[in-house]
Amino acid sequence: MTRHFPLLFIALGLVALVLGSFIGLLISFTYLDATFLKEIIPFNQLRPLHTTTVVSWIVLGATGGVYYYLSQIKNITIYAPKLGFFHFILFALTGVAIYISLLSGRMGGREYLEYFPLLTIPILVGWILFGFNYFKSLFGKIKNRPVYLWMWGTGIVFMVYHLSEAHFWIFSDIRSDFIKDMGIQWKSYGSFFGSWNMLIYGTAIYLMSKIKKDENVARGKTVFFFYFLGLTNLMFGWAHHTYILPNADWIRYVAYVISMTEWIILIHIIYAWAKSLSKAQKKENSMAYRFLMASEFWVFVNLILALLMSIPALNYYMHGTHITVAHSMGTTIGINTCILLASVSYIVKIISGPLTSKTGYYGFILFNISLAVFWLSLVIGGVYKAVWMSNPENLSFSTLHSESTPIFWLFFLSGCALFIGITMISAPLLKRLYNHMKLSKEQSN
Amino acid sequence: MEKRGGNILVLTILVCVFATYNLVLYLQPTSGSTAPLMSETALEGEKIWQENNCTACHQLYGLGGYLGPDLTNIISHPYKGSGYAKAFFNSGVSSMPKFDFSETEKEALVQFLEHVDRTGYYPNLNAEFGADGWVSIKYK
Ligand code: HEC
Ligand code: HEM
Repeated sequence: MTRHFPLLFIALGLVALVLGSFIGLLISFTYLDATFLKEIIPFNQLRPLHTTTVVSWIVLGATGGVYYYLSQIKNITIYAPKLGFFHFILFALTGVAIYISLLSGRMGGREYLEYFPLLTIPILVGWILFGFNYFKSLFGKIKNRPVYLWMWGTGIVFMVYHLSEAHFWIFSDIRSDFIKDMGIQWKSYGSFFGSWNMLIYGTAIYLMSKIKKDENVARGKTVFFFYFLGLTNLMFGWAHHTYILPNADWIRYVAYVISMTEWIILIHIIYAWAKSLSKAQKKENSMAYRFLMASEFWVFVNLILALLMSIPALNYYMHGTHITVAHSMGTTIGINTCILLASVSYIVKIISGPLTSKTGYYGFILFNISLAVFWLSLVIGGVYKAVWMSNPENLSFSTLHSESTPIFWLFFLSGCALFIGITMISAPLLKRLYNHMKLSKEQSN
Repeated sequence: MEKRGGNILVLTILVCVFATYNLVLYLQPTSGSTAPLMSETALEGEKIWQENNCTACHQLYGLGGYLGPDLTNIISHPYKGSGYAKAFFNSGVSSMPKFDFSETEKEALVQFLEHVDRTGYYPNLNAEFGADGWVSIKYK
């Protein structure tokens, strides 16, 4: 089992994806029936169960992928596979502890990190072990490293830093200054989303270079330029989450200027896309390729939304509404999940041959269509609230809520379809992973 | 930039700027509000706020979950205020869990919300919009 630890990360990640989406359905129903599950497990325990579970999918899926690809690179072997296996066990056990903490209501109560605060320690230990194993495996091994190796390393290091930073509220100097405290809390969040994006975009570039059989995809001035642009945004762009917080002006100015550099990315995407139209491209017919193409579409749509939200004058209206949820779920599902599913499909193809499952293919179609409706319903719900908020003489919150009911239905129903799509995609992948691990266990016996 | 040395140089510069920026953020006053530091009772209230994860449904400065209303300025709201807020804590209204706070806990929560209220406005209805997309918010 030990040597299969990258696959164990991925399999547990897929289980978390399906389970987390199901919990998402439960919490979205609370929007339609306020007392749904209230006596059994209220929304303030279920929401963090949803976010923690789906975030675990992203972290586990990305980590498993990086470990796996590391072992595939020429001249590299994983420095300490046993340590990798230990990392897996540590994360799995911490996951159980987080569930116990949330279900029993012992909470830390900071958004996204609502579990009992001490549980961050084993998570940090896991990341440090990951970093140790990663850098030890690479050390002195290859020259002229492709950009994905830089990105994975950066992602791991910054993850450790920002996860620690998210807990600075335990220092009384910070905690007693409410605005500073909130600022730092959101700084750390912005940056740890940036950190896992380093892991995931690194994975996307790795996959592209393998599928196109062209290592140049991951080398050269342009890719490194975008790597550094991403890193600059990770470091200094976070305050676009908190434009409305009464922080000093310069903090918000820096974030505005830095965030606007992301237009370069958008223009680059359009340019690359226009260029590719003129060339007759060979289309790959694999699930991995399909998911990568879908993720490109979702990058495009979500980047436009993110760029608009980063302009303070528009952020003023969009902030504090479901448009931000469209942004967060749009990116975590449309971009992160698509890239990770591409990665899992690619790995499954390597270990057990091409994916032929029709279920997976129809799941892919359903996933994308329902996500579009899901995303739109959140944006519409957000616009509705933005109009409500900008009118000081507004109706009561409960009236706004009940008037939004048709949108919440759309959200819930498209969520159901999305959940079905996700399950149809994940089930065949899980089955393959399971069979592969079972088979090699039997062979080694 | 193809050369590894070039990349390492850029990375080093970025990390140095980042380290300085962080130190300033952590150690210098960054808040534009003139509110004093939080009192012991307000801190106690914030602890209760966290332990019950009020953030899952309520926002402060628009940050948090969206099932319930934003509470940044509930205390200075013309028709609401501390008595009104207090009446909600154990009410179990709509999706809100029926909490069982003691009078002291309720008072601490009110002190916390009072502190938050003193730090600024949300929504910032009198903010000024610039032609460059900038928004000058009003500080309290
Ligand atoms: C499960 C979601 C949920 C949780 C958790 C929750 N609330 Fe509420 N709360 C609501 C909803 C929904 C309303 C609006 C009820 C209405 O107006 O119909 C509300 C209303 C309020 C109000 C009145 C707001 C106003 O402007 O009318 C206050 C004050 C309040 N909650 C405080 C708290 C505190 C303090 C906590 C944590 C101890 C908390 N709530 C936890 C959902 C929640
Ligand atoms: C499939 C069905 C899903 C449904 C119905 C659903 C529903 C929800 C709901 C109702 C919220 C709370 C919004 C609020 O506070 O008002 C939420 C938050 C969130 N969900 Fe989902 N979700 C689903 C799947 C996913 C998946 C697959 C991911 C990621 C891979 C994801 C990531 C998130 C994130 C990051 C948040 C926090 C949003 C924020 O704070 O802005 N969700 N989801």
